[in-house]
Amino acid sequence: MKVAVLRFPGTNCEFDTEYAFKKLGHDVAIVWHNDNALPDGIDLVVVPGGFSYGDYLRSGSIARFAPVMKSVSQYASKGGKVLGICNGFQILTEAGLLPGALKRNTNLHFISKYQHLKVVNNNNAFLNQYQAGDMLYVPIAHADGNYYIDDAGLEELKINGQILLQYVDSDGNVDSINGSVEAIAGICNKEKNVFGLMPHPERAIEDILGSKDGIKMLQGFIS
Amino acid sequence: MKAIVNVYLKQGVLDPQGKAAHHALESLGFHGIEDVRIGKQIVIKLDSMSKEEAITKVKEMSETLLANTVIEDYDIEIVQ
Repeated sequence: MKVAVLRFPGTNCEFDTEYAFKKLGHDVAIVWHNDNALPDGIDLVVVPGGFSYGDYLRSGSIARFAPVMKSVSQYASKGGKVLGICNGFQILTEAGLLPGALKRNTNLHFISKYQHLKVVNNNNAFLNQYQAGDMLYVPIAHADGNYYIDDAGLEELKINGQILLQYVDSDGNVDSINGSVEAIAGICNKEKNVFGLMPHPERAIEDILGSKDGIKMLQGFIS
Repeated sequence: MKAIVNVYLKQGVLDPQGKAAHHALESLGFHGIEDVRIGKQIVIKLDSMSKEEAITKVKEMSETLLANTVIEDYDIEIVQ
């Protein structure tokens, strides 16, 4: 599989993401934000985490207008798979490729810790290696992870099975640690080819990191 | 001429910064506060043009970039 990992000024997770996909045996190309095209023959675009353009104005608001994002929109509109992690999730919502928006965490803190998650829906390429209800343990690190969508939008997410992951406590009880509507940690679009989540699966791929739960997420895209 | 764009979270969307400032003001002894909302002000210097043209232009800027209309409202003031 060939993976394109985007890089904007201020991105800082591109090499972790590259490492994770290479570890799984894939080719990875890091793509500069000013490029007008994605590499040929790719199977997945990853918009990685970081602080693109210093998070100025709003997280992701400026990156969405980078030249490469036009190609990403076209790629997604043809059914190509796109994964946004953390700042990548923010960029994809700003770009309108995913519904809703990410606001400042309710407690105003930058939250950086391992977090329990629950798989809500596995009927998609991202989480098909898991069962609904499975518990994961994956790092989060964000200030603007407070997912917001209006009531009508939330209803649509539920009807279409677009809610992928929820924040939970160690007993599996829903726990909105950052204020997110319905404790949402990750969603996909209606067509189920664009995915976004605040947690960092690429940081949970080896025992020495404290968890390997991210591997199966990234592997999901292979099948 | 100048355009002043005020961007703030929509009513009904929780404003965590406003809430924190509200608590802080109350703990400092300021009472009678119903609500505090924190937004941002963007000041844009424009070439001279008609007020209508300026409003149209800045409205487009606001919708495209300056505000995320999923969660934010904005208003525009044109100052000569």
